[in-house]
Amino acid sequence: MSADSDRPAATATATAAAATADSLADAAPPAGGGRAGPPAAGRGARQGPGAQLGRLASWDLGVVVLAVLVIVVASASVENFGTSRNFTFLVLDLLPIALIALPMTFVIVTGEIDLSVASTLGLSSAVMGSLWNHGMTIETIIPLCIVLGAVLGAVNGLFVTVFRLPSLAVTIGTLALFRGLALVVLGDTAVADFPAQYTNWVTGTVGGSAVPNVLIPLAALAVVFAVVLHATPVGRWAFAAGASEQAARFAGIRVGRLKFWLYVVTGAVAGLAGVLWTLRYSSARADNGSGLELAVVAAVLLGGVSIFGGRGTLPGVLGGVVLLAALQNAMRLSDVSNESLNVVTGALLVVSVLVPNLIRRTRAAVSRARHRRPTPLSPPLPGS
Amino acid sequence: MTTVEDSVRTMPARAMPARTSVLERVLRAREISIVLALALLVLVTAIGHPSFVHSQSIRDILLGAAILGVLAVGQTIVVITRNIDLSVGSVLGLSAFAAGTLLMNHPGMPIIVAVLVGIAVGAGCGLVNGLLVRFGDVPALVVTLGTLYAYRGVAYLWAGGSQINADELPDGFLKFGTATVLGVPYLVLIAVAVLVVAGVVLRSYPAGRQLYALGSSPDGARLAGIPVGRRTLAAFLASGTLAGLAGVLFAARFGTVDAAAGNGYELNVVAAVVVGGVAIFGGSGSVWGAALGALLLTTIGSALPVLGVDQFWQQAIVGALILLAIGIDRLIAARVAAALKKRGSHVR
Repeated sequence: MSADSDRPAATATATAAAATADSLADAAPPAGGGRAGPPAAGRGARQGPGAQLGRLASWDLGVVVLAVLVIVVASASVENFGTSRNFTFLVLDLLPIALIALPMTFVIVTGEIDLSVASTLGLSSAVMGSLWNHGMTIETIIPLCIVLGAVLGAVNGLFVTVFRLPSLAVTIGTLALFRGLALVVLGDTAVADFPAQYTNWVTGTVGGSAVPNVLIPLAALAVVFAVVLHATPVGRWAFAAGASEQAARFAGIRVGRLKFWLYVVTGAVAGLAGVLWTLRYSSARADNGSGLELAVVAAVLLGGVSIFGGRGTLPGVLGGVVLLAALQNAMRLSDVSNESLNVVTGALLVVSVLVPNLIRRTRAAVSRARHRRPTPLSPPLPGS
Repeated sequence: MTTVEDSVRTMPARAMPARTSVLERVLRAREISIVLALALLVLVTAIGHPSFVHSQSIRDILLGAAILGVLAVGQTIVVITRNIDLSVGSVLGLSAFAAGTLLMNHPGMPIIVAVLVGIAVGAGCGLVNGLLVRFGDVPALVVTLGTLYAYRGVAYLWAGGSQINADELPDGFLKFGTATVLGVPYLVLIAVAVLVVAGVVLRSYPAGRQLYALGSSPDGARLAGIPVGRRTLAAFLASGTLAGLAGVLFAARFGTVDAAAGNGYELNVVAAVVVGGVAIFGGSGSVWGAALGALLLTTIGSALPVLGVDQFWQQAIVGALILLAIGIDRLIAARVAAALKKRGSHVR
């Protein structure tokens, strides 16, 4: 597979293996910061912070600009898109995707993947409905569902880190397993009579404004995840592990433990998303959120995170989430059916990986052509 | 994946007879263990419910296994090259709808034309996957996860909420789905033919061996002069084409086709392949194992309701089987590596 294209970056970080964990992690982001740029670490030189920032910004900025552009164009051309009511719906629609995309960014940055998140959401929703039917109070059920998500995430983490199985295969398996368990728990029935106090809070807005209540916890979580990823050792470990797992190990980072806990957090957040999903639609069903893993992975990759790990930023991912949600919302308002929307999501997923690859390849070709020209300082290459 | 396993996988059969025999024993063990599990399942179910081994229910299982088996053969070809094709369920749906629509609108048309059109639709979808993987440098997982939804979306755009019913299809086509030769349904014969051709090509032809080589070590394969890009493209083309064929078989068997046909099949196909002993990281496994995996999964699906187990358990069991199979593979791989190390040191 094309994982080979990352080899130069990996070897470059491997040479830095003797360095401390921190300086290694420092070296990791520029290796991938600019997805669209040429593999920088291949040259072994470390650029200044300014250059780093510029590269980091390029793809992310593009996504954010594109998201704003979509919103502006849609507000002008799509009826009802610019209304405050639609803004509320837009935020509610992107809530589960944005929530799960936060930990998913970490997982993909470390070079792994979790395709089971939508099934975790479904199982959390099904269990919530079942416990409610059994007369448990909602205040007990909600934390239980989040813990359940964490346990499901731990199952993934166990298979990936302790048994060392490929995360793709493991999470395809748990995708089927968790969704299957959701069906076992609730069958094809739905539970609907959740307390209005809670369902109203999820769908409600802050004091009559257009800002939905759920935006506040979402924004808080986004800030926490962004700070952890970009300003703490944990984030640096994640980048280091994704850039070169072996080098990260040599540098003393406990990669296995890090990945295990990332899966646990991902599961817990997916469990929370299941609770919010259930309350939003006031309906607990086993098939809630099925197929959502595509939208999450699409948003994360669209936001500039490399599927091979080691590069990406959280603001970019949030830009990707907004872009995806705004596009879908605008199309839905233009009477495109939900199922047909999948064409757009699927195509965006492919394009978000394809375009940077093509740009990188073109740039590499251009720079090769430039290097071939003899310069006064360097002797002409033999044979040229 | 250790280098030991890698080198074992690429090793030509004649050069190292001692080492391959270990590997072959392991592979054979996998196929035998599936057959045993299958026999046990049938036995237990049949003892409690003799109607389970009635010819009608066996035929149903075989028909279901035929469609899943054709998909599993295509998936095996892709997985052997260290790729994956998650879009097969959607390709099946698109091709089934294409063949069905064609026959509905032109009832007098020869059936073979509709079959070929269905296959061509599948081949087109597979070609798109292959081109994106080869020239776009995009990992197969991302490409086919994207096209899984894109192809399904196309089917919905085309079909909307409409459905093709059995009474709108020509009788000849439906008979093709149910007719038998000496008691064996056509569909099963087609699946067996596909299986044998793919099995022989993968086992004994250079093109087939090259797929294993490039799955074991893409870099090594490139150095050995194997056209890696072309072979990868061909693998996706094969998978798409077979998914197209499976779509036609699906339409012929069920007679009812809508845009959701084959939804979620990719999970069963991946499960069949993994349970059948095809390593998800490429370079090892056989279509025979995958076909047995498909047969086992279909039999489980039919046995559960007979045994009185809630049908909702089926998907959970599929998931558990995937996890079990990759876990066992891991164990076996570690054992084989250890055994080879021992043997190697003994020889020296």
